[in-house]
Amino acid sequence: MDHLLSVWAWSLAVLQALLVLAAAPLLVGWVRRVKARLQNRKGPPLTQPYRELAKLLTKEALVAHTASPVFRAAPYIVFGATWIATATLPSLATGLPSAAVADVVVLAGFLALARFFLALAGLDVGTAFGGMGSSREMMISALAEPAMLTAVFTITMTAHTTNLSGVMEQLLGAPLALRPSILFALGALALVAIAETGRIPIDNPATHLELTMIHEAMILEYSGRHLALMEWAAQLKLLLYGTLIANVFFPWGVATVLKPSALAFAALALAGKLAVLGVLLALAETTLAKMRLFRAPLFLNLAFLLALLGMFSHVILEVGA
Amino acid sequence: MTHLTLLDQAVFVLAAVVLFTCFALLTQARLVATLRTFAWQGGLVAAVTALMAAAHREPHLYVTAALTLVLKAGVIPWMLHRWVRRLGLDRHVESLASPPAVTLAGVGLVIFCYWVVLPIERMELTATRNVIAVSLAVVVLGLLMMVTRRQAVSQVVGFMAMENGLFLAAVTATSGMPLVVELGVAFDILVAAVLFGVFFLQIRDAIDSLDVDRLNRLAEGMEQE
Amino acid sequence: MTDPALVLALGAVVVALAASSLAVSTCAWAERVGRLYFLLLGLTGVLAVAAGMGALTGGGTVATAQLPLGLPWLPWRVRLDALSGFFLVLIGIVTVAVALFGPGYVREFSRSRDPLWLLGGLTGLFLTGMLLVVLADDAFLFMVAWELMSVSSYFLVVFQHEHAANRRAAFLYLLMAHVGGLSILLGYGVLAAFGHGFTFEAMRAGELQPVWSSVAFGLAFLGFGTKAGLVPLHAWLPEAHPAAPSHVSALMSGVMLKVAVYGFIRFTFDLLGDARLGWGVTVLLVGSVSALMGVLYALMQHDLKRLLAYHSVENVGIIFIGLGLSLVFLSAGLTVAGVVALIAALYHTLNHALFKSLLFFGAGAVLHATHERDIDRMGGLLRRMPWTGLFFLVGCISISALPPFNGFVSEWLTFQAALQAWSLKSGVLRSLLPITAAMLAVTGALAAACFVKVYGVAFLGQARSRHVRRAREVSLGMRAGQALLAALCLLLGVLPTTVVGLLNPVSQLLLGQGLDPVTTESWLWLTPVPAEGASYGAPLVLLSLAVLWWGGRWLLARGPRAAVRRCDAWDCGFSPPNARMQYTATSFAQPIRRVFGPLFRIDERVETEGGRQRHFLHVEDRAWDLLYAPVARLVERSASRVVRLQTGQVRTYLAWSLATLLVLLWIIS
Repeated sequence: MDHLLSVWAWSLAVLQALLVLAAAPLLVGWVRRVKARLQNRKGPPLTQPYRELAKLLTKEALVAHTASPVFRAAPYIVFGATWIATATLPSLATGLPSAAVADVVVLAGFLALARFFLALAGLDVGTAFGGMGSSREMMISALAEPAMLTAVFTITMTAHTTNLSGVMEQLLGAPLALRPSILFALGALALVAIAETGRIPIDNPATHLELTMIHEAMILEYSGRHLALMEWAAQLKLLLYGTLIANVFFPWGVATVLKPSALAFAALALAGKLAVLGVLLALAETTLAKMRLFRAPLFLNLAFLLALLGMFSHVILEVGA
Repeated sequence: MTHLTLLDQAVFVLAAVVLFTCFALLTQARLVATLRTFAWQGGLVAAVTALMAAAHREPHLYVTAALTLVLKAGVIPWMLHRWVRRLGLDRHVESLASPPAVTLAGVGLVIFCYWVVLPIERMELTATRNVIAVSLAVVVLGLLMMVTRRQAVSQVVGFMAMENGLFLAAVTATSGMPLVVELGVAFDILVAAVLFGVFFLQIRDAIDSLDVDRLNRLAEGMEQE
Repeated sequence: MTDPALVLALGAVVVALAASSLAVSTCAWAERVGRLYFLLLGLTGVLAVAAGMGALTGGGTVATAQLPLGLPWLPWRVRLDALSGFFLVLIGIVTVAVALFGPGYVREFSRSRDPLWLLGGLTGLFLTGMLLVVLADDAFLFMVAWELMSVSSYFLVVFQHEHAANRRAAFLYLLMAHVGGLSILLGYGVLAAFGHGFTFEAMRAGELQPVWSSVAFGLAFLGFGTKAGLVPLHAWLPEAHPAAPSHVSALMSGVMLKVAVYGFIRFTFDLLGDARLGWGVTVLLVGSVSALMGVLYALMQHDLKRLLAYHSVENVGIIFIGLGLSLVFLSAGLTVAGVVALIAALYHTLNHALFKSLLFFGAGAVLHATHERDIDRMGGLLRRMPWTGLFFLVGCISISALPPFNGFVSEWLTFQAALQAWSLKSGVLRSLLPITAAMLAVTGALAAACFVKVYGVAFLGQARSRHVRRAREVSLGMRAGQALLAALCLLLGVLPTTVVGLLNPVSQLLLGQGLDPVTTESWLWLTPVPAEGASYGAPLVLLSLAVLWWGGRWLLARGPRAAVRRCDAWDCGFSPPNARMQYTATSFAQPIRRVFGPLFRIDERVETEGGRQRHFLHVEDRAWDLLYAPVARLVERSASRVVRLQTGQVRTYLAWSLATLLVLLWIIS
């Protein structure tokens, strides 16, 4: 693993990290825009999320009297963990050293760390809404976790590695094959992504209606730079799941050599794939209605079932042949 | 996996989707949606048959595929749907006691079926012999559906799903049965569907419901007489 | 007796005994005696750690000795190899922490009438028993030490005997400990019969028939599993562990369960030899169910110590998942994957000892400061006890398996082991193992939910009762005990490669193979399977988190902007929230209670009395009505049959004796 210590590779990894950080608000802006058009609204400009972040970052931060140090530390940890998770994901190129820091299980660990502090922050001030958000978030994540890992394991069973970079190289290198397992894993992961990023039908990112919110309830007490970090982390998470789906299931375009031309092409390809996924997400959000909280387990059970069927079709249909 | 032709791989994908529709049937609460899922399953089985015909150059399978499509994705679901409407069950929702438990049982059955079928798969049949495990699972899941449902119509759907599984096994493992047999089976199914319809009416007239759990009261009733 | 590590280990035993006799001999506990006593305990711990490290780094040397004790024809043998060494380190670390934590904590009891000398004496004996169990080299000494451990811990559970609940818990504990002990004894009996001797040496050499080796395995699994608290035999554990004083709870949950794990590993991997597939699958399934049920029941608790005890069930389940995976892989001939799984299990064993003791210390500190065990009556403790709050947070993060702390490393290793499933030939196993991994995943997520609940409700928010509002930070020694364990939690999370290097000799000893560091910069990456397969750069993770933390604060909250304005909580503009409006532990767990409802026995109703409505909720462990109650009924019924023999007439009894004598004579003739 000597190549992992070269300066060029590391600087590319840092570049990729900065790029995803910069791109995250854009994806949210795109989804909002498409959604607005689908609903016959003009919608805000694509750069609106950037403006919001810039505004929040310059504003004064208010903290409740009852808040403890955890409340003030949480935004940094949530943002940091989510960013590291997004940065270690091979977005543009495989074989970057950052991918070796964290395989897909570690990735899930980072997201869990971010969620842990997010939920603690929700409980910290001692308001009923915060507790409600935390409690619901932890339930949904507990049900989403097995579905996500089983889906990912289905893929790793084919690729014999949990390193996402390795998985992509494997899929790129193999001749085209229709694999039912991958199809099911895609379905499962898409459902998990919807649940984990707090989109309709599990949660509504646009609502502040008291009793239906989950993610918004946890960050209700935040303001100023703290809120900016929390919002940015949520945007990064959406980008993370988008990239995960785009690059693992449709790895074409990802650079396998670290050359500028290949990297530029990879960036374009990723942008294209994410744009399509964004449209699909907006379509889903426009056509579906939000579920009652206790319908969410059924939704996630479906995700888990899909993941399991993916595993079975791998074992029964693909290996036996 | 990659030594198979793309057509064969497509057969696998469709077979896996058939398995998924079985789980959808198991946990689907609304009767109309159950019928729709069943129609999809029939369509998928027909598609598998057509693919097998293309992959292995067996023209008679095209006939079978067309027949399956018409019967299982068209006529039978449509008939069942008509019965349901006639019986006023359009909005019927059947709540399972615990959908996750049924799903888990189904998952266990799939593993079991795979384990049972292993020796058969070692025999050199067609390239798509792996589908046998899936077919057996479809049969068993259909039976599981009949066990867990109390509604007579859902039970019939379960029965038909079992038949789908058998059909899938026949098509994928041995490139289909002789055409005469298939025609006969298809006709049987059609007749069965009609008979079931008659039974529905009879049951409803007798006990004023299609809940099969209430059929046992007939026996008690006779004892009282 | 020339091996220095073994001398150190025996020294630890002697010092523990000395501490015990010191405590007992004084009868009246004085501050000075207490200090000396805990000093001796600390010395025991240090000696044990030193001996264990000696054995682990000694390049696989095995030291044996014969003690001038025991029966004439069966002298006690002790042996120190890498496996015992590892467990000595584990016992030693927690003992040192207890020695730091203890003095401040027992001061509480000196004001009450509880005989502190007895507590001290029993703790010493308990420790002696555990040390001897891991050192024993024959079944006789093993069983003596095992019973010493069980009986002394029984008295520790019943120490606060004024509460009827404690007496009941202790009785149940004693009963289960003896059922388990009996089963282990029988297991050793089978081995001894085939090995023609009670020494482990002879047992290792014995050739067992397949049926008998499975019988021996079953007995050992039952016995050690009972002690380790595997579902469905776990029901005694959440009753007994919380009943003891907190530092003893830490020893029981953190260490004694590990001694049971030690016994299982010694019996199965070392003495029994060749693994069977069926054993592996059994252990794997029981482990998975324990992990899941343990965490689910933990979520339903609001008594802090009970909750932690249920988490012990969960974590022991995770350890047994690792062991089960190892057995499955070994039986299939995949040694490398078996090694990964075994290392994962050992790593988790050590981790659980650290963070569970840490959490029990935290619970003890909270109990000490507030006299409260019910989380629903706590709140806002972080601002009143900042250090304890910080250390408890470390424990929470570690046990929830979050990077960069230690719990994550072992869970990651377990996942990696489970993901080696593709190399198995049997398709059924290939689909079963990922399902186990999925159960592990849901366990981890639920554990995180549970500790968000614990920390959020107990340490964050506002105080819910008067005691809690008056809480003050605990003494320096108590904080030091927690700090030591918290630091180790971080260290073991950040330097996994070093730890795996220390665990390698154990795997060398048992499986003849260890994990080799495959990369040049091996301290930087943990790569259990081929490097392309999976890697985890723990130091880099910590580094980047720290950089982001400081960098973020430096960028965003520098100079005059560092200040924040304090204001009332927003809460969607409703009236300022008060302490009673907060989510409690019970309400936090409500969604999960509802989703997993069928797995619990929930008694929930609203009672109306005198116009006031009262919500009543009771969640009971299913193990009671599914296993314990039927067994109890069975015993009672058979007892009532037997009671017919008891007529009260002496001559009838004599007739029975005569009949027995005749039958016995007939048998031996």
